[in-house]
Amino acid sequence: MLKTLLATAAILAVPAMAAAQTVGFAQIGSESGWRAAETTLTRQQAEERGIDLRFSDAQQRQENQIAAIRSFIAQGVDAILLAPVVATGWDSVLEEAKDAEIPVVLLDRRVDSSEDLYLTAVGSDLEHEGEVAGQWLVDEVAGEDCRVVELQGTTGSSPAILRKSGFEKAIEGHDNIEIVRSQTGDFTRSRGKQVMESFLQAENGGAEICALYAHNDDMAVGAIQAIKEAGLNPGEDILVVSIDAVPDIFKAMAEGDANATVELTPNMAGPAFDALAAYWKDGTQPAKFIQTESKLYTAADDPMAEYEARKDLGY
Amino acid sequence: MNPRLYPLAATVAIFLVACFLCWLQFPYMLSTRVAGNLLTDNAYLGIVAVGMTVVILSGGIDLSVGSVIAFSGVFIAVVLRDTSLHPLLVFALLLAITTAFGAGMGALIHHLAMPAFIVTLAGMFLARGAGYMLTIESVPIQHPFYDLIQDAYWLMPGKGRFTLIGALMLASVLAGMILVHRTRFGASVFALGGGEATARLMGVRVARTTVGIYAFSGFMAGLAGIVFSVYTGSGYPLATVGTELTAIAAVVIGGTLLTGGAGYVFGTLVGVLTMGLIQTYLVFDGSLSSWWTKIVIGALLLLFILLQKGLLRLSSGRGAAA
Repeated sequence: MLKTLLATAAILAVPAMAAAQTVGFAQIGSESGWRAAETTLTRQQAEERGIDLRFSDAQQRQENQIAAIRSFIAQGVDAILLAPVVATGWDSVLEEAKDAEIPVVLLDRRVDSSEDLYLTAVGSDLEHEGEVAGQWLVDEVAGEDCRVVELQGTTGSSPAILRKSGFEKAIEGHDNIEIVRSQTGDFTRSRGKQVMESFLQAENGGAEICALYAHNDDMAVGAIQAIKEAGLNPGEDILVVSIDAVPDIFKAMAEGDANATVELTPNMAGPAFDALAAYWKDGTQPAKFIQTESKLYTAADDPMAEYEARKDLGY
Repeated sequence: MNPRLYPLAATVAIFLVACFLCWLQFPYMLSTRVAGNLLTDNAYLGIVAVGMTVVILSGGIDLSVGSVIAFSGVFIAVVLRDTSLHPLLVFALLLAITTAFGAGMGALIHHLAMPAFIVTLAGMFLARGAGYMLTIESVPIQHPFYDLIQDAYWLMPGKGRFTLIGALMLASVLAGMILVHRTRFGASVFALGGGEATARLMGVRVARTTVGIYAFSGFMAGLAGIVFSVYTGSGYPLATVGTELTAIAAVVIGGTLLTGGAGYVFGTLVGVLTMGLIQTYLVFDGSLSSWWTKIVIGALLLLFILLQKGLLRLSSGRGAAA
């Protein structure tokens, strides 16, 4: 009897549920501009799809994220998005979600739990980002000799390691391109500028540098300033390619100071919601990793419009 | 009613009103699931807050506990990773270390006549640094015994989970209540909170009591560290930054006088649950910024400090009249 009642209730509930699914989003915090943009875009994407988004900011603390996920489960949400602050320690709470039959989608970062505890993970392939940047340079110089200086991210961090190896992979076999100097700029603008200044001094005032590859846009923006102060023209005398696609690099591109950037999209929620929609509809199991597009932007892509589109996202 | 009970009564009243308001908006918040979550999610905080209550009752403060929790998690994770010791043995080892650490701080505070604030601040840096010395990464704990205790819960009617660590928290509160309100040590703590000179006149062995108080706080921080490691299944040196302040806030919202000498361990439990309830409400609502937790806790703290000042004036006014 109870079973029939429940089944009827479930059937009755389906059209209503389709109208407004509830999704809980356990976000890490708002430590960087990129993350703030991710939050803004997740809200926008949810609104566009008529999803009722419950948002929780964990203020960088795992215990807050675990508590938030538990509360989402208690509430009986239809799905949970999780951007995990660390990789470890999620097994028991993910198992609870699984027991409650609530799909969990990981955004941007991964966890070390078993794969059957989450529906899928949406993220960028960091090595591929480096490859796209390297490929652009290969095509741009078209066989001419090019001495490259590289600004690395924080030593030992996974983006620094993978963006470096990706770039090296792309220029492999092109003997005309050579990385002559490579140092860490710690992903910051000020260190990027400082290290670029030392590069310029070491390379005959910059005359022997053909291109700069920076692991993120912030360092590139700092380096552009250093190049200008050295009396050179960034974007022409020294080609500038970097990764992330934050608003300021588009501004630099519009002014002709930067040449190319590879986007690390903050829109991780879009593909996540698409995967969830398919899962809700007929139980389609997505692949365990959904790679977001690492799109290349150059001066030909109307950088001013890209800047306008991005500047209000919270970067 | 005894005026000493007023702050506790206010704490309980605020908690009940908060529950009622939550229930009005989200009826599902009064379910065994949410109740079970409240106990589980705040287990480590409740345990460490019991230790903090004893410290504050004596007129002291212990700023090291957040770091000690993080150190405990890292210690357990690293020892379990690198050796084949049984977790229970590691727990015993850890509790011995943290208790000795607390006792050492207590001895310094008493013998050097240093403010507890300074000594435990040094302890905070020491413990955090020691955690980093062991590892700078987050280390997962993979041991069958951990799987066992992580899955140890009683499924309440309504699918709520009454977990082992939640039960441990309630047991700690009970033990704290007995220790503080029913033993000679507890009476000495209260006497010390009234002032060291008076306590001495009353025949309290100040040195022993002070060392005992901080040793107890260290023990509870170690226990909270164990619970936290069960809760997250890993050890991370960056974990529980600032938890000492959350614990102090819970103690004060629980009605304990920040200057020492008056308060109840039970109030601390209610204080912890009130803070957990605010957090749960914000997640249920899902549109408010989670920083509201801090704002509400700040407002509650202010309210209780004012309440305590008012009570103090009331009682001293009565004393003058008599």
